[in-house]
Amino acid sequence: MKFSIQVNEGPYQKQASDTAYQFAKAAIAAGHEIFRIFFYHDGVNNATKLAVPPQDDRHIPKLWSELSKEHNLDLVVCIAAAQRRGMMDADEAKRQGFEDNNLIEGFRISGLGQLIEAGIESDRLVVFGA
Amino acid sequence: MGLLHTVNKSPFESNTFDACLGYALDGSTVLLIEDGVYAATTGTSAAEKIKNASGVTFAVLGPDLQARGLESKLADGIKVVDYEGFVNLVAEHDSVQSWL
Amino acid sequence: MAVKKFMYVNRKAPYGTVYALESLEVVLIGAAFDQDVSLAFIGDGVYELTKGQDTKAIGQKNFSPVYSALGDYDVNKIYVEKESLEERGLTLDDLQHLVWEDEDEDYAEKDSIRLVSRAELADVMSEQEIILSF
Repeated sequence: MKFSIQVNEGPYQKQASDTAYQFAKAAIAAGHEIFRIFFYHDGVNNATKLAVPPQDDRHIPKLWSELSKEHNLDLVVCIAAAQRRGMMDADEAKRQGFEDNNLIEGFRISGLGQLIEAGIESDRLVVFGA
Repeated sequence: MGLLHTVNKSPFESNTFDACLGYALDGSTVLLIEDGVYAATTGTSAAEKIKNASGVTFAVLGPDLQARGLESKLADGIKVVDYEGFVNLVAEHDSVQSWL
Repeated sequence: MAVKKFMYVNRKAPYGTVYALESLEVVLIGAAFDQDVSLAFIGDGVYELTKGQDTKAIGQKNFSPVYSALGDYDVNKIYVEKESLEERGLTLDDLQHLVWEDEDEDYAEKDSIRLVSRAELADVMSEQEIILSF
């Protein structure tokens, strides 16, 4: 079956991103296809490459990044929510006149239409939030 | 086979669990996850409501119950699932409403 | 492209958190995809639709006028749960009057808000294919 996932909360403050990650891993292990994972609201903060959690804690952005690499997942950060919260990829940073960007590998920034498209194209959409 | 509802809030902190119950039709399943698992423990008014909600299936995410040290307090009539079971529930139901 | 039944479930009051505003942004973008769209206002979500919102003094943008434009985007199935309104001491008169123009009936103006009981809305929800919650 084709699944898509929406993540509405950032890392660490709420369990939403952890649960979504465990769910995604289990869905892949069960042989389902993940069409897209869409990060919205504070969920865009899961894409930061500047997080440095303590060594004995999980590194949530890196977990997502590695899962994406391993299974070729489409991790999309909502551009409108990202702009409000200061998350940007190299292209967007350049366009806005910033020297640096802060998006970890494996995520891309795109519009809200990607969420609607995920709903249309997938058999199931599961929302994780708080 | 109806909707899968998920609830992730403690019934003592918010009315989300009650709001969900108002929408859980016969044939639907309510899955308690994250802080929602507190509704699945014995001696609570939430567990009493679960007992009285006939026609609705209740499940709880085991990893969240274990994390909170409440496995031995699980009320009767609630199915324990792991993340794979969560995935199966999503696949088995027509769609999913997350009560956030 | 296939048409699916999409429902946006709104259960959060505006301004105190950003969920109401950002979910409205999804509705506006989603309207371009020509899907079968319903909005449900449940619990504190009914506070999103109150009339007379004035945000000047809190320094936020008042986005409540956008709801009255939804009809122009063919978003005209707006379900408001009766019990949630009553629990909050509100009636339909406390909410904005949302309308849309029916092309098939010589652009007759019709109400977009459907005041429904919890049980009725539960039935509508159970028919949805994609439920977006914020």
